[in-house]
Amino acid sequence: MRDVAIVSFAQSAKARETRNEVEILMPVVQEAVKNSKLARQEIGFTCSGSSDYLQGQSFAFVGALDAVGAWPPIKESHVEMDGAWALYEAWIKIQTGDVDSALVYSFGKSSPGDLPEILALQLDPYTMTPLWPDAHSLAALQARAFLEATGKTERDLARVVARSLCSAVTNPHAVVSGAVEVEKLLAEPYVCSPLRAHDLPPITDGASAMVVVAGDLARKLCARPVWIRGFDHRIEPLGLGMRDLTRSASTEIAARNAGVHKGVLDFAELHAPYSHQELILRAALGLGDEIAINPSGGALASHPLMVAGLVRIGEAAMRIMAGRGDRAVAHATQGPCLQQNLVCVLEGE
Amino acid sequence: MELVKSITTPVVLDYDYVTGRAQSRFLRGIAEGRILGQRCIECKRVYVPSRGACPRCAVRTEEEVQVSDKGTVTTFCIVRVPSENLAFNPPYACAAVLLDGANIPFTHVLQECALEDVRMGMRVQAVWVAKEQLGPTMSSIRYFKPIAEPDAEYDTFKEHL
Repeated sequence: MRDVAIVSFAQSAKARETRNEVEILMPVVQEAVKNSKLARQEIGFTCSGSSDYLQGQSFAFVGALDAVGAWPPIKESHVEMDGAWALYEAWIKIQTGDVDSALVYSFGKSSPGDLPEILALQLDPYTMTPLWPDAHSLAALQARAFLEATGKTERDLARVVARSLCSAVTNPHAVVSGAVEVEKLLAEPYVCSPLRAHDLPPITDGASAMVVVAGDLARKLCARPVWIRGFDHRIEPLGLGMRDLTRSASTEIAARNAGVHKGVLDFAELHAPYSHQELILRAALGLGDEIAINPSGGALASHPLMVAGLVRIGEAAMRIMAGRGDRAVAHATQGPCLQQNLVCVLEGE
Repeated sequence: MELVKSITTPVVLDYDYVTGRAQSRFLRGIAEGRILGQRCIECKRVYVPSRGACPRCAVRTEEEVQVSDKGTVTTFCIVRVPSENLAFNPPYACAAVLLDGANIPFTHVLQECALEDVRMGMRVQAVWVAKEQLGPTMSSIRYFKPIAEPDAEYDTFKEHL
């Protein structure tokens, strides 16, 4: 295996963007490329993650390339997934020996449409989508099953929210943050019982970009490159009735394959769009109470869909690069009720 | 048992489309009867409509330039397939028009011209709606029509094909 490191990362997040995807992406991509110390033309591969359904504009993913500068023509690929999976493809591409560096970017504009409704389109098109179950309702089904199976309570969910929003106070990319009391959270009305508004991911428009580089080139470019020490992703069946919604079997396998516990962890960045999902993921990843979860505030504070997973990896990498930790696990999810999960283990030089 | 061969699943999604900054400027220009492009500060190419970036140089485009509503047909096709919500009945010509002063062609419909007369290099001009009907929408330009100018030389538009 080739050693691959993250050498730069940039992001943007707002509750509602009035810019188009090129206008959002270009400064983010430019910042990541500039901080990588590679010239745009020196980067061997470009891979992006996004979904045109979010903004309702066909070929937005192709148009977004205007922000990158695909001239002279570049080697490029796209995944209809969170940018974390674009990073996975870039990592594989570097493993093949074909290239030594890659630019990964993702963007998501959820504000133009009704996101919880749009997400019904990712379900089985014959038996589920025609019922139009919105994403919040499906998450609430999972939350109910989880609370019943584990004996956890809505108070445990509120604690996750309070800690996340408090951590997000120092994150300039958070769209929700602040000191909130658990009691006050529990007094809020339900959106879909047992979930309240703060248990749900906030609608966010955003973009992120990252440059990854192999081996000695990374050491040359960056004082403290952040190495990808383990990387795996797994998927579960689409039918919600075919899965145990109270645990995340795909995360468990990915965590084992990525070697999460082959060393001491300093913190974790988990992509848990709904508060109860953080508890499911902590159990799947075997994270004890001593490990700091989501120092960035996580997905309850800022959730640009298609971007938030790559942001978890980027936030973890930047924290390590700044010397605020040596080893961390970052996680990304996609699909209804944690259907697909990616685990990435990061370590500073 | 008879197999189910088809099901109907209506999908209706509503969006509040946001044009972004560059396209907003372009559409505001259209509402004034002007076609605005943006020039790249590096390669000097003029994009119409601009999306706020030069895709070749990967830089923001900010310099606004008004281009002509006259141009040259670089390529075209004859549309013979009917579909919903068309402003014109098939067959009609759809053309890529390189507006004078622009560096990328602009797609619109040709009218006031027999289909067999449409050709590459043909000079055309926009036909706008009445002034009081102008708005921030592409339908402010009704169509392009031929004008009495000699055809453009192939070499002048060959890089735009």
